[in-house]
Amino acid sequence: MNLRLVAVAFAVVALVALPYIIIEPYYVNIASQILLYAVFALGLNILVGYGGLVSLGHAGLSGVTAYAVAYLLAAGYGHTVAIAAGLAAGLIVTAGFAALALRASGISFIMITLALGEIIWGLAYRWISITNGDNGITVNARPAPFGLPLTSAVSFYNATLIVFLFAIAGCAVFVNSPFGAALAGTRDQPRRMNALGFHVWMIRFWAFMLSGLLSAISGVLFVYYNQFISPQALALTASAEGLLMVISGGAATLLGPVVGAALVVIVKNVVSAYISRWNFMLGAIFVAIVVLMPEGLVPGTVRLVRAAWRSAHRHKSARTAAAPVAEPKP
Amino acid sequence: MSALAVQNLCKSFGGLRVTTNVNLAVEPGERRLIIGPNGAGKTTLFNLITGEIAPDSGAVLLFDRDITRTATRKRAHLGMARTYQIITLFPRDTILHNAMLALLGLSPLRWNAWLTLASQHDVLKRARESLKRVGLDHMADRALAETSYGEKRRVEIAMALAQEPRVLLLDEPFAGLSIDERRDVRELLKAIPRDVTVVMIEHDMDTALDLADRITLLHFGEVVVEGTRAEVVADPRTREVYLGE
Repeated sequence: MNLRLVAVAFAVVALVALPYIIIEPYYVNIASQILLYAVFALGLNILVGYGGLVSLGHAGLSGVTAYAVAYLLAAGYGHTVAIAAGLAAGLIVTAGFAALALRASGISFIMITLALGEIIWGLAYRWISITNGDNGITVNARPAPFGLPLTSAVSFYNATLIVFLFAIAGCAVFVNSPFGAALAGTRDQPRRMNALGFHVWMIRFWAFMLSGLLSAISGVLFVYYNQFISPQALALTASAEGLLMVISGGAATLLGPVVGAALVVIVKNVVSAYISRWNFMLGAIFVAIVVLMPEGLVPGTVRLVRAAWRSAHRHKSARTAAAPVAEPKP
Repeated sequence: MSALAVQNLCKSFGGLRVTTNVNLAVEPGERRLIIGPNGAGKTTLFNLITGEIAPDSGAVLLFDRDITRTATRKRAHLGMARTYQIITLFPRDTILHNAMLALLGLSPLRWNAWLTLASQHDVLKRARESLKRVGLDHMADRALAETSYGEKRRVEIAMALAQEPRVLLLDEPFAGLSIDERRDVRELLKAIPRDVTVVMIEHDMDTALDLADRITLLHFGEVVVEGTRAEVVADPRTREVYLGE
């Protein structure tokens, strides 16, 4: 436990110091991107990892928020109003998504979320009077919370880091809570959960809402980071990339989506500078993960480290096998 | 007043009538054994009683309260608990966590998303007590996936008992157990206090016979014989159903 606290403190310090180590604004911006996509992936992981409900429409949720913020800013509203209304819009659309998609589970759930996501994309693309169609909406300025402008790469990174830390801390509290346990229960044995007195549908609905809230928050970060929103950000590929982050890093783990977000963003931005077929690279990496660590990078690495530890301490192996240490629930 | 009453219950799957005009009246504190050959409709009857399947007609009453249209989860809150013939537990979690989920199901705490479950000492204590009742408290922190089949059966029973039900439905609690395990489970079921009404399905008559006050014999979805242990065993129709004469 104390060791874990030390690790968390060390990670936070490293994240705070990061922009002053890498300095180059281009790379600081990539770090910001990783963090904002990590917030998105954390939200998706609540539903996919802990709820067992795979969504292919989540980019629609962050997209609605991003469009709402951009539209209101362009209409002359202030940042506070735009952000609040954007989050509200994201949550309302999430409730609609949940109400429709939760009529099903499994493959049908995926297909409904896919269809709903495509509807949002279609609206962004064709409802030109609001969304400006393919040209998108430009956001002229980033906000200046407490009088601190977020124009520079480092200041935006710091703001994103604060949001990210709140998001991951919130997820940590959530997954260890009674409600988090109930959600995981509905993933593993929905029928038994129902017989035990749990309201399976309602548990899934609120999990969807929390997932949507994190998506909406990432949407706000996204639109301010790019200072631009276009239908591309809502496309199926954006939703699929989010899913790729969750699965490659490790679904139903706290750090998995963060590692997955880092992987996808780095391959997309850094590797693409050297290899023009970067999509191929991403695919190859994903195949390698599925073959070597089907449970994802984070749990897979934990497994490998443990196996190495065990083989290095053979004489202890009898004891560990007799009383296996409970898997630390992230 | 019956603890559990089933009135003229009918259910068909397409053209297949799996429950035909079934009537049951189980008194408070009674131990009722429901027997019948494979496909007699025993588990379907349980699913109708718990509401996991909706009946075509008829009624289910829990302490004179009509619960025919009540959702399964609400029946749990009204004091109905069940175990499953096919083990339906949470394999990724520890035995203790399984028991805690059973307790959470009836607690308002289940909606709490900000407290830490592992530090809810009241729930922890009650979960350990429920495991002690089935003799599993010494291995509470073991992952469920690492337990034997017999231990899983006992976890099923511990979870049902943890909910302190008024009516307990046991679907083949002896299925797949060794002779020793059967003896243990039989002792465990005998120790259930009489303020709990127990309805038990068993495929094999001999195993559970001495636990039962009254026995209902189902065959092709119909009640063929009902009576005391001695009456049902002596009835020629019982012999007919089981030996196919």
